[in-house]
Amino acid sequence: MSFQPLVKVEGLKKYFPVSKGLFRKTHDYIHAVDDVSFSIQPRESLGLVGESGCGKTTTGKLLVRLLTPTAGRIFFRMEEEEAREEGVRLEDGYVDVATLKGRALKNFRRHVQMIFQDPYESMNPRLTIYDIVAEPMAVQGIGSVMEREQRVAEMLQHVGLTPPESFMFRYPHELSGGQRQRVAIARALIINPTFVIADEPTSMLDVSVRTGVMQLMQDLADRFGISYLYITHDLAVARYMCDKIAVMYLGKIVEMAETEELLHHPLHPYTKALLSAVPIPDPTYKREVIEIRGSVSTPINPPSYCRFYNRCPVAKEGLCNVQEHPPLEDKGGGHYVACHLV
Amino acid sequence: MSDASSVTVIHRPLWRVRLELFWKSVRTNWALFIENPIGVIGLAIILFFALMAVLHPILMKTVWDPTVYDPITGYDFEILRHPAPPSARHLLGTDPLGRDVLSQLMYSTQTEFILGVVAALITVTIGTLIGALSAYYGGVIDTLFMRLADLVIMLPFISILIVLSALFKLNMLKLALVIGILSGFGGVTVIIKSQALSIKVKPYIEAARVAGGGDWHIIVVHFIPNLLPLSFLYMMFTVTSAIFSEAVLSFFGLINIRMSWGIMIHTTQTAGYLLNVGQYWWLVIPAGLAITLLCSAFYLVGRALDEVVNPRLRRR
Repeated sequence: MSFQPLVKVEGLKKYFPVSKGLFRKTHDYIHAVDDVSFSIQPRESLGLVGESGCGKTTTGKLLVRLLTPTAGRIFFRMEEEEAREEGVRLEDGYVDVATLKGRALKNFRRHVQMIFQDPYESMNPRLTIYDIVAEPMAVQGIGSVMEREQRVAEMLQHVGLTPPESFMFRYPHELSGGQRQRVAIARALIINPTFVIADEPTSMLDVSVRTGVMQLMQDLADRFGISYLYITHDLAVARYMCDKIAVMYLGKIVEMAETEELLHHPLHPYTKALLSAVPIPDPTYKREVIEIRGSVSTPINPPSYCRFYNRCPVAKEGLCNVQEHPPLEDKGGGHYVACHLV
Repeated sequence: MSDASSVTVIHRPLWRVRLELFWKSVRTNWALFIENPIGVIGLAIILFFALMAVLHPILMKTVWDPTVYDPITGYDFEILRHPAPPSARHLLGTDPLGRDVLSQLMYSTQTEFILGVVAALITVTIGTLIGALSAYYGGVIDTLFMRLADLVIMLPFISILIVLSALFKLNMLKLALVIGILSGFGGVTVIIKSQALSIKVKPYIEAARVAGGGDWHIIVVHFIPNLLPLSFLYMMFTVTSAIFSEAVLSFFGLINIRMSWGIMIHTTQTAGYLLNVGQYWWLVIPAGLAITLLCSAFYLVGRALDEVVNPRLRRR
């Protein structure tokens, strides 16, 4: 691993106001992402795992600035020459994505792209596959029409839609879900980004085509040197795709470690519960079942003590519900956990 | 995975491919359209009137003597009493001023078409743009245009037109403009905005933004093409209301047009023949029927297009 991460996220927060009326002041906020920090090395992929509503997608959208963070900083590493060309100010070789605006933000989007969850809704039904894949090139003003055509054909070939000319001028509704997701991948990679956020790209696909798409994403990552932030609720998918996994619960990262380390030695009670819910295809296998009570508590103005306290099977009264939410601490070998009891 | 260096070369230029795709979609939609008898009937009526409009200048040049058959200045001296009933000389008779009714009817068709289409184009342009903008930006812009739409919907349309034409002498293009603007800021905007709102939340809008697309790119590339089918549909309905409004205003003698179906009925009324329709039917029935038929024809085509645009309405 190199020492300089590609992406550094520090204390990222996003609060959504809950409006109660036109003229009343809002006092309530949904703490969708609450003080999240992590970093991603070049060519490394980080899996963001958690149940629905825990803020995974919001984190992804913050990183591509579809949303503006309430607080915190997102650093993205950039070469000095590139930065000068694009009129971006660097701090120690990093650009602060959270403060980008206008022209600089548009230029920044050449480096970071996103793959969306729903292959059926993420493409304009009135555009051809060519228009969809070439869109980033067109809005960024890269290449002539001929060059774009050539590049789209190449990209379609890379994602396994061959021969490209038979796909280029068809409409999304003429393609299957797996093919559409390949088109989505082609669109994300067409301007050579170094960092791609994949928001559950395989969750809406049939199991039979899922592995094909995952395999493709890995091949392309190796080939073009791409880092992924892979958002998923499926630990098996995360294990297949990611070098590191971060587990999120109610807007906070509760545990983060190398994939195998996290799966074999989970430390946080929530991670343990998640892992015990993964089915194992062996009827005789006996394992420790960890029950957690209730369901996710509300993210609206959550208490300042440990977010998991209400559901935690090992929580200690007088400690976990008195002290602040535990900080994410290194428990050795890059295994980070946020729990008072570990 | 195949080798990327052996990439195919595209032989056909992009514009030709796009043209072919366009024709393909036209053909598919046409096939859907003609499945519906309502649309076919409407289209046939529209084509019939279009033929009349085109034939009039040709007939004036070849068969009809302008001194007798001119729709505005003609007079037939060979007939002693006007209005004269239909005869071989005047297929639909003459009006109280001795002018040929068929010639007037055909001449007016051009006026009605131009008026209807211009008004509809203005309506749809305004409606689509305002609808897309207020859905996209929301906030103050949205509130402003939606309250304006409420106001326009609330106002009695014909009465406003009567007041306006009493204040300003309206000619045909000005009337088209007024009708176009009034209906453009009214109901059409609200409907198109609601459609635009459903586009706004689609992930492909987010994808476009991640690609670096600005507001204008998103509105032009993603909003407008998805709104156009609906706009086109409402264009048909606006033609109907424009022709109808023109007829009402002409009947009251409030617009500065040389000849139209409404003016034909107006002439009949001022000459005192309107209450005797049974005897002088050729003065009122052709013009009245033409207004009714053309209005319903555009409405029928609109309904049939609705089924093409909106697959859920199809009986399958």
